[in-house]
Amino acid sequence: MTETIVGIGTRKGLWLARSTDRVSWQLEGPHFLMSEVLSLLFDTRAGRNRLLVGFRSSHWGPSLQHSDDLGRTWVEHPEGSIRFPEDTDTALKATWQLVADPHDDQVVWAGTEPQGLWRSEDAGETFTLNRGLWDHPHRPEWGEGAGGGAIHTVLPSPVDRQSMLVAMSTGGVYNTRDGGTSWNPGNKGIHAYFMPHDEWPEFGQCVHKVARDPEVPSRLYCQNHRGVYRSEDDGVTWQSIEEGLPTNFGMTVVAHPRRGETLWLVPITSDYQHVPPDAQLQVQRSDDGGRTWRTQANGLPHTWTNVLRDAACTDGDPDEPGLYVGTRNGEVYASTDGGESFSLLATQLPDVYCVRALTVA
Amino acid sequence: MTGMSARVVIPGVLRDLAGGAHELTVDLTEPVSLGEVLDGAFEPWPILNSRIRDERGDIRRHVNVFVDGADAKRAQGVQTPVGPASTVHVINAVSGG
Repeated sequence: MTETIVGIGTRKGLWLARSTDRVSWQLEGPHFLMSEVLSLLFDTRAGRNRLLVGFRSSHWGPSLQHSDDLGRTWVEHPEGSIRFPEDTDTALKATWQLVADPHDDQVVWAGTEPQGLWRSEDAGETFTLNRGLWDHPHRPEWGEGAGGGAIHTVLPSPVDRQSMLVAMSTGGVYNTRDGGTSWNPGNKGIHAYFMPHDEWPEFGQCVHKVARDPEVPSRLYCQNHRGVYRSEDDGVTWQSIEEGLPTNFGMTVVAHPRRGETLWLVPITSDYQHVPPDAQLQVQRSDDGGRTWRTQANGLPHTWTNVLRDAACTDGDPDEPGLYVGTRNGEVYASTDGGESFSLLATQLPDVYCVRALTVA
Repeated sequence: MTGMSARVVIPGVLRDLAGGAHELTVDLTEPVSLGEVLDGAFEPWPILNSRIRDERGDIRRHVNVFVDGADAKRAQGVQTPVGPASTVHVINAVSGG
């Protein structure tokens, strides 16, 4: 029997939703009550059953903890899993991204605020700062979006262990091809309308989220602050794919886990109206890599809320991957037919910051 | 000079991170800085320390520390002197929503 577990990170704690049919759900929680849960990773590599959680308390600061029994018990490293080295004179504010490495089953990557990329070689218990990116000469010019200045997207290449893309807002996309020693901006073609003297700068873009195509790893999709793009060269240059969308603004983009050129966006009216177009929560689906789009809103409400950059995901169901979106007014919707219809998974939760799903065979 | 102990009173919500203790003591023979007292008090309890101070040793923004009733952030911060008979209160700030 297959079980699906959806981790729901919110402004005031973590909930876990469990289902064997993805129709009726049992909600467990909260864990870390009154902490902002910003990043989640289910890690089942190498026989593990690990849930890694990055959260922060407004009083007691950031923390990273893991559970190997799905939340019955939690472990926190006594010295802190992520600590900025003394010479940086920097303190961790939050961990916004946790990603399993596709090549080494002990390696986990973390993206933090301030803008740090971290590598763990013990499945997320301790991390080391990537100095190549930390010491990048562009760092003083990287900015802070509303969510803070953070590495919010970490995409290791599944075919080249020396290659990785990270993204931040503002700052944009950076790539390494030498295992993290050196990093180059990869923002050609991404518009930065807010830059007064050069709207097409080398870096400084407000990239909100990037997703990788599952069939062609050098193909990427980007939801930018005003603009939706595709890259065919592993994140070096980008082409607009916003034609046909109701708006070009949004926070997130999700790629289908197995089918190439299939992706979803969650549109937001504009950068000054953070509500869905026509106040109708919806996803925009493309089956051709962004050449055409169609609206999917069946089961989604008329509402004035929106969906944040990590509050949408898919699961690993072998037949039809589920699609999950969580809203800032504390609801999570699930689709088991690729977005054609949604049902309410959870309601009356705090603002949803992130969702991640695990399929257990 | 006879040795005495400065007391560090822990907020109730964090006492599990100090083995359930209501307060920790640090033996002193002369005044030292608040930072040194917290170093001594929290040395066996690193997770408690991380809740109160960041990795630079700075007291977190929404945590207040009082030395003998005076707010250390309005005095000399972690350099505020703590005497051998002083009481240090660690208090979560009245903030949030």
